[in-house]
Amino acid sequence: MKLLITTFVLGLLYSMLLLGSENQAEVGGLVVLGFIVSLVGKKMGLMDRLAAAVRVHPQFPAYASVAGVLITMAVFHNSHFALLMLATVLIYSVVCLGLNIQFGYVGIVNFAGAAFFGIGSYTAAVLATHTEVPHLVILLLAACVSALIGSILIYPVLRTRGHYAALVTIAFGILFRNFLEVNDTLGGPQGMKIPALNLFGWNLSNGIEIAGYEISFYIPYLLIALILLILSFKITRNLERSWIGLSMDMVRTDEIAASTFGVNIANWKIVAFTLGNFIAGMAGALYGMMTAYVAPNNFTFADSLIMVSIVILGGIGNPWGIIPAAAIVVILPEKLQFIQEYRFLLYAIVVILILLFRPDGLLPRRIREYFPGKKAGGEK
Amino acid sequence: MSFDIFLQYLLNGLMLGVIYAIVAVGFTLYFGVLDVIKFSHGDILMVGAFAGLTAYIGIAGTFDSPWLQLLVLVLISLSVAAFLGAVIARYLILPLQKAPPINTLLVTLMLGLALREAVRLFYPNGSNPKPFPRLLPTDGISLGEFTLRSDSLILLLTGIICIVAVQRLITRSKIGLAIRAVAQDSETARIMGINFRQIVLITFMLGSALAALAGLMNGLYYNEVNFSMGLLLGVIGFSAAVVGGLGNFYGAIVGGFLFAALQTLGAVMLPAIFPDVPSAYKDVFAFTVVIIIMGLKPTGLISEKSSERV
Repeated sequence: MKLLITTFVLGLLYSMLLLGSENQAEVGGLVVLGFIVSLVGKKMGLMDRLAAAVRVHPQFPAYASVAGVLITMAVFHNSHFALLMLATVLIYSVVCLGLNIQFGYVGIVNFAGAAFFGIGSYTAAVLATHTEVPHLVILLLAACVSALIGSILIYPVLRTRGHYAALVTIAFGILFRNFLEVNDTLGGPQGMKIPALNLFGWNLSNGIEIAGYEISFYIPYLLIALILLILSFKITRNLERSWIGLSMDMVRTDEIAASTFGVNIANWKIVAFTLGNFIAGMAGALYGMMTAYVAPNNFTFADSLIMVSIVILGGIGNPWGIIPAAAIVVILPEKLQFIQEYRFLLYAIVVILILLFRPDGLLPRRIREYFPGKKAGGEK
Repeated sequence: MSFDIFLQYLLNGLMLGVIYAIVAVGFTLYFGVLDVIKFSHGDILMVGAFAGLTAYIGIAGTFDSPWLQLLVLVLISLSVAAFLGAVIARYLILPLQKAPPINTLLVTLMLGLALREAVRLFYPNGSNPKPFPRLLPTDGISLGEFTLRSDSLILLLTGIICIVAVQRLITRSKIGLAIRAVAQDSETARIMGINFRQIVLITFMLGSALAALAGLMNGLYYNEVNFSMGLLLGVIGFSAAVVGGLGNFYGAIVGGFLFAALQTLGAVMLPAIFPDVPSAYKDVFAFTVVIIIMGLKPTGLISEKSSERV
């Protein structure tokens, strides 16, 4: 427990320093420091001790992460940029949780993640501009539209396998962006504006003052993003641990064996694909409302690839890996200005290296434990 | 529609079809030999086109004859692409042979992104479209509104000759026999004394050189190249190969011409049938049809004959 709390405090301090520092040299130094500490920690066996401590207190990481976000939020209550980044990390984590259900559990790689994210954003934009639907309902409706469009796409995905299925999602991602670019009612290449989120008659973009403290308008978005993240994390985690997750694992690892054991492959693929797109669409709607603006350029094929790379970087199938991976992918390029221009190139190279040398990602998913406490393979 | 406009569309469609078919043949070659998708194919095409452009800038002062310039440009472009293809096969594709196929797909997708970004960032003024030299003679025969320009005709014929040449190479030559043997059963081929690695490298060099050729044809036809041309052409080539049936040579050609026909048809028919739908939706239309075909014929129009190995 001591170890866990020390790690938590140090990690929190580190991320706050990283978020708050403006100086390029400082940021660079912090990144190098973080890299060295994690290497040394690994050499000294700290990681294993940490993993053991987590196994004793399985609830700790969850509470610690939520507390970490809340504390960071309180510290940066007035700096828009840091909060925007934090919220972006949370929203990206939500999307990638959705992709993780598809890719990590049943093994459908969705190369149109950004498209489903974009469907959510655009639905929110259209609904918020042209209708009086309450804005929280819009989040749900956007998610439903995204899931619905995904459920049309699932038909060819189901009929096909492997590379053929990958083509379907790639083609859809490119089709979606082409459609947005030429469609004038949706603003064409310029995109469209979204009115600010309105919660029960309270316009969120007007800033807030509580007890003399001025609070950034990003805080409410951040809180909603946090709630979404907690919800989707709970869903993913419980899904993984349930018999549904077991069936999904089986569909991924060996379809033929799964079908001989009476697992309905199509069923679980549909469930995973639809649920994943639902989550991605909801995140997209929130993101669109937060940035108050949607354009086709935010939903390109390269963005879809970045989402897939977050899932891989974090460790395919492990929801815990996604959040640090999303943080690295979102924050680093923003903080290190000289990376900004080169970020797609860097991501691409990093993902290639990971796939070549550490195909399981940063936090690899562990093999299912049927008897918690015992190690797999009968060891004690 | 008047006859001359129809001819114009037909020529344009055929031109696109040849380019797409050449790209698709590359995908089919790789899939045939190793059962992998090399998704950086489109970006190799782009690199080939840029290599040709660079070669042209380098030699424009040395040679005067456009034919000689063209020859040097083609040679340099094809060799750069072939070398790149061999390097990719050697260091990315072969090491990942035992990994799940999705890893190869992802690695090559990411490699394509890296190549694209590298050209955008490091080629001088790489983020803007570049004019491609007009090296072929442009005089032509006019038929009313329609002009059959000799450069289009040369490109079209070159493309068709190349496809036929590759087909002959694969079906008639010794190397083609080895490629087919590896594609059929790589283990048995190895036992029979075929140098597996060498054949794989040759196949990837051949495919990449074809991609560069398609890139040059595209550049010469539109007189413009840009860093992102490979993404769309690669996806279209992949779609064509998949729609035709992955691993099937004739399928790739059918798929290439089919996709071009769909695009042309979309550009012509959509505004004619639905007055509010502009022809800019041609790609949306073509990809929608591809997705529908995948739903109806999941293994492509000319499907590979294979049974499930349990």
